[in-house]
Amino acid sequence: MKEKKEKKQKVIGYIEHGGIKALPHNLALDFKRNKVIYFLCIPIIVWYIIFHYVPMAGIVMAFEKFKPALGIFRSKWIGFGNFVEFFKGPYFLRLLRNTAALGILDIIFGFPAPIIFALLLNEVKNIKFKKVTQTISYMPYFISMVVVAGIIIDFTKSGGVISNIVATLRGTTPENLLGNVNYFRPIFILSGIWQGVGYGSIIYIAALSSVDQELYEAAVMDGANRWKQTIHITIPSILPTIIMLLIMRMGSILAVASDKVLLLYSPGIYEKADVISTYVYRIGLEQANYGLASAVGLFNSIVGTVFLLTTNAISKKLTETSLF
Amino acid sequence: MMVVKKTVGSRIFNLFNTLFMLFMIVICVVPILHVFWASISDPALVQKSSGIILYPLGKVSTGAYKIILNYKGIWTGYKNTLFYVVAQCLITGVLTVVAGYIMSRKRFRYRNVIMAFMAFTMLFNGGMIPTFMVVRSLKMLDTYWALLIPGAMSVFNVIIMRTAIQGIPDSLEESARMDGAGEFTVMFKIILPLCKATFAVIILFTAVGKWNAWFDALLYLPQDKSKYPLQMYMREILVTASTDMMNNAGDLIESAQLYKTLVKYGSIVVSTVPILCIYPFVQKYFVTGVMIGSVKG
Repeated sequence: MKEKKEKKQKVIGYIEHGGIKALPHNLALDFKRNKVIYFLCIPIIVWYIIFHYVPMAGIVMAFEKFKPALGIFRSKWIGFGNFVEFFKGPYFLRLLRNTAALGILDIIFGFPAPIIFALLLNEVKNIKFKKVTQTISYMPYFISMVVVAGIIIDFTKSGGVISNIVATLRGTTPENLLGNVNYFRPIFILSGIWQGVGYGSIIYIAALSSVDQELYEAAVMDGANRWKQTIHITIPSILPTIIMLLIMRMGSILAVASDKVLLLYSPGIYEKADVISTYVYRIGLEQANYGLASAVGLFNSIVGTVFLLTTNAISKKLTETSLF
Repeated sequence: MMVVKKTVGSRIFNLFNTLFMLFMIVICVVPILHVFWASISDPALVQKSSGIILYPLGKVSTGAYKIILNYKGIWTGYKNTLFYVVAQCLITGVLTVVAGYIMSRKRFRYRNVIMAFMAFTMLFNGGMIPTFMVVRSLKMLDTYWALLIPGAMSVFNVIIMRTAIQGIPDSLEESARMDGAGEFTVMFKIILPLCKATFAVIILFTAVGKWNAWFDALLYLPQDKSKYPLQMYMREILVTASTDMMNNAGDLIESAQLYKTLVKYGSIVVSTVPILCIYPFVQKYFVTGVMIGSVKG
């Protein structure tokens, strides 16, 4: 009698803690309840598969001597051949050095700039003046990279505004700054700061505005001057924001704004201007050496991910703030 | 803001700070002004000038703009970019709202699986070349779709949208359901109007991004110039120094070659003015947008 009763008992809801065995039941039930949602998921999932997961699989190209005519499945497998070619090649050290240099310079100069700007803005007493400065400072961020590059190229050509200023300061004759390999990094970093300092400061200004005023009042009663207030109250208050943004910046350290480099560089300054991404572009899209380009690109991605995870872990250990 | 005693030191600091802020304003504005004034100056004087141009030199000239407005490329670029911006905003907008809505529905048991599926792509991706190969094998090269589909969704935006939708009480959907509303009705007639602000920010960022975009065109439009967005033409004018525009200019004005530099400046003005005009009105949305992005959902 008991068996009959158990057989007739139908499960109405989801089976919790059923493990894999419960999956078909739960899935079917969920589908019945949320038909439209499941149908809507299909194009979204398909899109991610096509444009994100299939390219991941395309990494296989990095291990082949890829020929478009043969496709992925029939091109010759050469294991780490492409990587060896890259590491042993004449450009590896240069690319690594340039990419790392730009990344590090960006962290040393480009990262603090918005923070300092935000701290200084915070001290401006006249609210209208503060707002006007802020609004104007965000503006360069919205100008397209092509136009910014165009302005840079024009201002640094021989006879251009900035070339002349530099020549006056150094006592030399005006030259085409972008043709001189030693000027590339300063131009790249400084123009990056110009474009990004205002916009980058928004998030710090917001963090600063949420600092409790009472902390400052207490500090003044203890005799703290402005400088001491900054070090002991202001900066610690925005430290979590700083660290989180720093982690994110470190993660993309190798993804140097390569579109900007692509616009500003020329073969004459490859020695200091060529970075990994621009090399991938040249090898892949201009020379159609898809195998080598994929290998270099993969190398770039992996190093970037390693950087991100490492920085995240270090931050977790040191400060308890982390991205994941 | 800190509490400060009015000491000599603090007055000096305030003075320097004010000067610094003025410096910032100048730095941000002067390059644009230089470009604008130079574009309507006398070309010979611009050539000779070595400093920053803060007012039109010599006789005001409109030659540069005559050449630019006569160049088909600028018009093609403008038309294409307007199309890309509108189309991308539509596509991305719809997809992001749908995805955000789906991810926010608690009754969708496996939504976290899908979320993880999407979020993983933020950590790791195939790279420039494999993505290019995919677009190529889909026969999408040299089509309008190539600039609209591969970049259609950003997980970041989906997360932001989801967070915004999660702020809406479930009871609203429940009562709508009881009145017989289907998923789409709920999505677009109830939920979307309630997160207009977030949605507006996402659309705004998408629009600006699309207006300034050029690299995707560089990759995916290898042959077909007729589909170039504005910034690709700008790249030709400003960076790769193509002579397309100047070649026909000789018929328009005398000594057209003199205007080569002015034409560069003028095209910067022509392509950036729309953004600069809209900017003051929408900049507060961008500020909000940064804040939304910073609040982890």
